[in-house]
Amino acid sequence: MQIEVRNLSKKFGRVSAVDHVNFEIEQGKLIGLLGPSGGGKTTILRMLAGLEKPDAGEILFQGNKVNHLPPQERGIGFVFQNYALFKHMSVFDNIAFGLTVQRKSKSEIRDRVHEMIELIGLQGLENRAPHQLSGGQRQRVAFARALAPSPQLLLLDEPFAAIDAKVRKELRTWLREMISRVGITSIFVTHDQEEAVEVADEIMIINQGRLEQKGTPWQVYKEPLTPFVAGFLGESNLLHNPAHIVGFESAPRPHSEKARVLIRPEAIEVGREHEISNLSAAALGIVRSVQFRGSVWQVEVEVGEHRLLAHRTLEKETLLPGEQVAVLIHSLHLFHDEQSLFLENELKRANTRAI
Amino acid sequence: MKKLNITVTYLVFLLLLIIPLGQVLSSAFSTGFSGFWSALTDPQALHAFLISGILVGAVTALNTLFGVLLAMLLVRETGISRRIRQFLNAVVDLPFAVSPIIGGLMILLLLGPHTALGAFLEDHGVKIVFALPGMILATLFVTFPLMVREVMPVLQEIGTDQEEAAYTLGAGSWRTFWRVTWPSIRWGVLYGVVLTVARALGEFGAVLVVSGNIINKTQSATTLVYQQVENFNFVAANSLAFVLAGFSIVVLMTLEWAKRRKEV
Ligand SMILES: Nc1ncnc2c1ncn2[C@@H]1O[C@H](COP(=O)(O)OP(=O)(O)OP(=O)(O)O)[C@@H](O)[C@H]1O
Ligand SMILES: [Mg+2]
Repeated sequence: MQIEVRNLSKKFGRVSAVDHVNFEIEQGKLIGLLGPSGGGKTTILRMLAGLEKPDAGEILFQGNKVNHLPPQERGIGFVFQNYALFKHMSVFDNIAFGLTVQRKSKSEIRDRVHEMIELIGLQGLENRAPHQLSGGQRQRVAFARALAPSPQLLLLDEPFAAIDAKVRKELRTWLREMISRVGITSIFVTHDQEEAVEVADEIMIINQGRLEQKGTPWQVYKEPLTPFVAGFLGESNLLHNPAHIVGFESAPRPHSEKARVLIRPEAIEVGREHEISNLSAAALGIVRSVQFRGSVWQVEVEVGEHRLLAHRTLEKETLLPGEQVAVLIHSLHLFHDEQSLFLENELKRANTRAI
Repeated sequence: MKKLNITVTYLVFLLLLIIPLGQVLSSAFSTGFSGFWSALTDPQALHAFLISGILVGAVTALNTLFGVLLAMLLVRETGISRRIRQFLNAVVDLPFAVSPIIGGLMILLLLGPHTALGAFLEDHGVKIVFALPGMILATLFVTFPLMVREVMPVLQEIGTDQEEAAYTLGAGSWRTFWRVTWPSIRWGVLYGVVLTVARALGEFGAVLVVSGNIINKTQSATTLVYQQVENFNFVAANSLAFVLAGFSIVVLMTLEWAKRRKEV
């Protein structure tokens, strides 16, 4: 189902939970809603489901306004954060619930439930009660229950939050496959940026009730529109002023307090002078600390007034704290006056051209 | 210290419960089983039991219905303002704070034969005070908090998630209540029913005030006990009291059982 949301707003008392949000979702896409706690993700999902009434704005499914429709008539499936399985019903009855509401025949219901149970791989557990299942199994039942009546839109509120890290990884790959197999438009909420980046076709970053940015994970990472997005997705160094950064001398000098400079750790090259690809574009710095981060060294380096975090591949020689190194900043993002600029090191460019 | 505690507990238990109950028992059977039996099968006693039965049945049914409805309203209805909710919440507890006799008097003052409302109803052939409807009202007043206060915490605890899940699956509120909410609250409701039965059966003050205690008309088993004591018919009084006490013990044992089910 194709979804469109216009100027959606919701207040709880004086708190603006959702604030003039606009977006459009294409048929069959898997969208990740990502943002800090209390940002309004659940509220957006609940308004789409009809469980919460918007104060203002429109929700359109396939171009038709659905604001007035109760949750029963929206054709959605909802997977709750704590699963909300019917605890007095067996796995079978949980999955069958939506089908009995549709007054399907007994045999139709049985076939569909068995199809769903096969899909989630829980054959033989039909008669268990929810409290006899593990967290991951409950999650799957909740998913099957929401999917059984063939909804047009699937909404998942932090579907993996209550599951341990390893099972979580398996489940999200599983979910990704399930959803693309069924081909249903889906929106899922998550706190976990890795999860969003890995699973979603597109992500939407929600902060303080506002939609900060929407795009493919790569787009959002590569071209963050606001300092918030830049800081939220991926690791970054956030500075107030690009002054005194070698290679960016002619960058615009923002005077407003709100201006920010973002440098990704992987855009910073640190090393002994002979290792640096383009020494003339580099500054000098002192190593302050070195940490092992699983797949890279994270090096904290002091350059002039700034302290920056940089990544260094493992196969290079280990740097020592206190050591003097060359620091080459390849690129940075500059945010000022509601704009975002992506700048590359000028000296490096000039040099390359000269060659 | 622990030993002393236990001894004192047993002693209090003995003094307050066992000895009086034994006293009732020995007095009831002081003229043998035939005396006990004839006291119970006396037409006046049979009628009193009938009245008590009707009273308990009607009150329990009404209290269950309205109690569950009000609990749902207070816990689930987000539409009503906080002030109204607080007010209703306070009103529910009123019977706990007010003596049953005063509860009875309120009904008398509102619906008695000398009030405008009472006279109007009587003109149309509806007799409330000094009749069964008044007794039911008085007992309802006294038992009202029992069901609401039993069901509200259960509703709060189960939360709205399962109900909302049912809505998103297309179920209306009726189906959602019976298939999803009811199985979670039924043991709480049973607990409330048992409390209501026990309280309705034993209610004395409020019923005495509104019923007038008319023999073979508005006399309940409880008020009959009182009358027999006044008339120095101790065998009859104690026989009735023994039956009432026995019934209450059975009811309370059901309560224990319901409580255990509620906890699982
Ligand atoms: N029923 C409610 N009553 C009052 N305030 C609410 C209610 N629901 C949400 N809020 C408020 O609205 C804001 C957004 O809440 P929401 O639950 O949508 O955030 P979220 O992004 O889902 O957060 P989390 O990631 O922690 O789940 C918060 O400030 C929250 O306190
Ligand atoms: Mg949430």
